[in-house]
Amino acid sequence: MAKYIGKRLVYMLLSLWMIVTATFFFMRIAPGNPFASEKKLPPEIEANLNAHFGLDKPWYAQYWEYLVRIANWDFGPSFKYKSQTVNDLINEGFPVSFLLGMEAIFIAVAVGVLLGIIAALKHNRWPDYTAMIVAVLGISVPSFIMASFLQYFLAIKMGIFPVARWESFMHSVLPAVALASTPMAFIARLTRSSMLEVLANDYIKTAKSKGLSRGVITVKHTIRNALLPVVTYMGPLTAGILTGSFVIERIFGIPGLGAHFVTSINNRDYTVIMGVTVFYSILLLVSILLVDIAYGIIDPRIKLAGGKKGE
Amino acid sequence: MQISKDKFKLVGTQLGEAEKISKPSLSFWKDVFIRFRKNKLALFGLVLLGLLIFMAIFGPYMTPYDYASNDLSNKNQPPSSEHWFGTDDLGRDVFARTWEGARISIFIGVAAAVIDLIIGVFWGGIAGYKGGRTDEGMMRFADILYGVPYLLLVILLMVVLGQGLSTMIIAMSITGWINMSRIVRGQVLSLKNQEYVLAAKTLGANTNRIMGKHLIPNSMGPILVTMTLTIPSAIFTEAFLSFIGLGLTPPIASWGTMANDGLPAMRYYPWRLFFPATFICLTIFAFNVVGDGLRDALDPRMRK
Repeated sequence: MAKYIGKRLVYMLLSLWMIVTATFFFMRIAPGNPFASEKKLPPEIEANLNAHFGLDKPWYAQYWEYLVRIANWDFGPSFKYKSQTVNDLINEGFPVSFLLGMEAIFIAVAVGVLLGIIAALKHNRWPDYTAMIVAVLGISVPSFIMASFLQYFLAIKMGIFPVARWESFMHSVLPAVALASTPMAFIARLTRSSMLEVLANDYIKTAKSKGLSRGVITVKHTIRNALLPVVTYMGPLTAGILTGSFVIERIFGIPGLGAHFVTSINNRDYTVIMGVTVFYSILLLVSILLVDIAYGIIDPRIKLAGGKKGE
Repeated sequence: MQISKDKFKLVGTQLGEAEKISKPSLSFWKDVFIRFRKNKLALFGLVLLGLLIFMAIFGPYMTPYDYASNDLSNKNQPPSSEHWFGTDDLGRDVFARTWEGARISIFIGVAAAVIDLIIGVFWGGIAGYKGGRTDEGMMRFADILYGVPYLLLVILLMVVLGQGLSTMIIAMSITGWINMSRIVRGQVLSLKNQEYVLAAKTLGANTNRIMGKHLIPNSMGPILVTMTLTIPSAIFTEAFLSFIGLGLTPPIASWGTMANDGLPAMRYYPWRLFFPATFICLTIFAFNVVGDGLRDALDPRMRK
């Protein structure tokens, strides 16, 4: 186990190093200089600014400094808003995004698993078809379209939910549902197929012939085993929720990190784009690693230590 | 009850009768097609896809309006017999723009899938066939690149390289090929030790021939499924990027840019969002359903 975690950690750091390096060099070749504005700056001021942000040093010194700063959890300043750093933005926006994301993950897992179980238990009957059509629709409708439709019909036309902003629980329902729709559909399909696979096993037959009730078989023997693949999906789920939040927060006017990120893209605030990208990458890579470790702990059949990687 | 013996007749062995094949022989792809046809949803997806492609080709010619020309006296018109899908804030015909957008979206999807295919088949094929150190090194590199979050990298590249059709396709392909290379490698690994490959080798076939004539064609099923499922994800990525302001620049109409333009006006001019949004969903739906159907049809375990 320790060996496996160590190996995964090395890969994670390499991926991370790759994206940090990419962001650093992209920033250097990005069109326009960070202080480019309508008015030409006097050369002295420009030199001062360059010195202030360390841009007068050779690239390898800057690169090293950048790595050290990232390692110290410092994602750099914003070139557009002088008084604000990327860390400020993260501290301000991330708690909101985190709350929204957690709500979406809860909906996705709860509803997705439920749909999958119902579909599998009523295999090839109407609840199965209905659940699977819902799932295919969920996969086909991108979150931002789901969000706009929900906003238009449920908030603007029918007035059941508030249209936008982030004030109460009611404000968070529509964005969370929109964010959860695609992952929910994936989870439903995953649960269904793994339930069907488990149900075909001999030990289910044994349990039936022992005279166990349907409920006990479902809860104790089927679901517990069938949910394992769902755990592996938690990594991609985090990624989906995270990138989904860029558009959802924009549509619903939620002051989260995703909305700030999109604003900085539209403002071409390069340092913020780079800083937030690195932050998101760390977040994602760590959560995927945690999910993989958790999976190894939950499923004793998987031997992680020294295992050659499968196909 | 007794049956008298004279009711029975000795037939004897009929040579040749046992060897006769009662059903016409089916090629692999014919078999796949028969199973695909039984899947109603997949068939529906295929028809839908055909319609969408037909409209993408001929749709722009069905209306006298051009996708890029403004008509400020006719802006934000609701759908009517004149403008079938209404007009946008610059008076451009939404019907013409929708099908122009279909061309762009499908082109992006297919281009991304083809580039993924080419790189993935080379990378995965070489890694799987050579094995050993080469395989180890090549797949480790792919693993590390795979760890880099896809959409974030695409966003970064779009910011740096500037917006445009080719940039977008390049950005998507940089990490998009990894999935394909893994599939191809897995296939090649499982096929390369089979007897017919050994036979080909014994007959003196070189690596290129074994790869091109035996291993790759035999991996075509999973490759095709991966391609069909890459297309909707590329279409989604285009729409997503356009939606966060990193998409194609006007006057090009893509479904993503149209939805992005339509969103602020949703409350008063819902058709400007409704049409592009619906067609994004339909296209992604059609490709997904066809891809799923293909996967099921190719899976020998699904054979009844």
